[in-house]
Amino acid sequence: MEHHISIAAETLFHIGPIAVTNALLTAVVVTILLSVFALFAHRAFQSQKPTLFTSFVEQIIAFFYDLTESIAGKNAPIFFPLIMTFFLFIIIANWFGLLPGITGIGLEVVEHGESTVVPLFRAATTDLNATIALALISVGVTQYYGFKFLGIKKHLSKYFNADGMNSFVGILEFVGVFSGILSFAFRLFGNIFAGEVLLVVMGSLIPLVLPIPFLGLEIFVGFIQATVFAVLSLVFMSVAVEHAQ
Amino acid sequence: MELESMKALAAAISIGLGAVGPGIGIGLLAKGAMEAIGRNPEATNNIRTNLILAIAFAEALAIYALVVSLIIIFVL
Repeated sequence: MEHHISIAAETLFHIGPIAVTNALLTAVVVTILLSVFALFAHRAFQSQKPTLFTSFVEQIIAFFYDLTESIAGKNAPIFFPLIMTFFLFIIIANWFGLLPGITGIGLEVVEHGESTVVPLFRAATTDLNATIALALISVGVTQYYGFKFLGIKKHLSKYFNADGMNSFVGILEFVGVFSGILSFAFRLFGNIFAGEVLLVVMGSLIPLVLPIPFLGLEIFVGFIQATVFAVLSLVFMSVAVEHAQ
Repeated sequence: MELESMKALAAAISIGLGAVGPGIGIGLLAKGAMEAIGRNPEATNNIRTNLILAIAFAEALAIYALVVSLIIIFVL
């Protein structure tokens, strides 16, 4: 059996000028799954009857709300929806690629007169485009809250000021905003893509039993990386809205 | 040497050297956290959250090296 690893997501078909890749398709599927989940949760809470499902949802939300409150304090209700969305989307996107046999479903694609079989699904976070998009959202929203809470002048003076040593620190922080995008994107992409490569390599060395502990490891890594992305965004946001001493 | 063997060597050196620094860093972080938990077990939850965040920063460096070696193998 031939395993192929490609660092870029493969194109499945075109809608107008937009190339639909397998990572994009998976991202859409994950979004639909989460929306259906949210709809069900909404229904379940409206009926006012405590079930196993509602207490499950309550547990997740309460755990993360407490975590948000311990970091962001009184700003927690403002930041919580985005942070929770980051966490849920990333964790489901990470775990989607681990489903047994999910990469075995292929679609025949004819490109440049050659026909190749391309896997229909691929974990969305193993595409650098997806992780850069998430990183841009996180950093962009951080800047937005900085401007909103401190005002344009005060927020800009964090980066550009003529205050001796602080002017130097400000420039470093300004560069840090852009390296933040890179480190967010590469951390998530590198961890999850490396995990997929590891699983493929282990599976081709000894296909029996050996990949199972690594699957467990990847489930753990997927959870940790989703948590790290969400919590880091939260930390940056709560630092950005603080008044400088 | 041919290009193929150079590529394999470059990828191996990249991730090999890139893992040294973060390895030492994460070891020091974990040492500090363990000592802190040993002295003050009630603060375990708080320390754990901060430990994971700090490890994520240190680990990011190793991931950069990994991405470089992946690019060397699959893209170049």
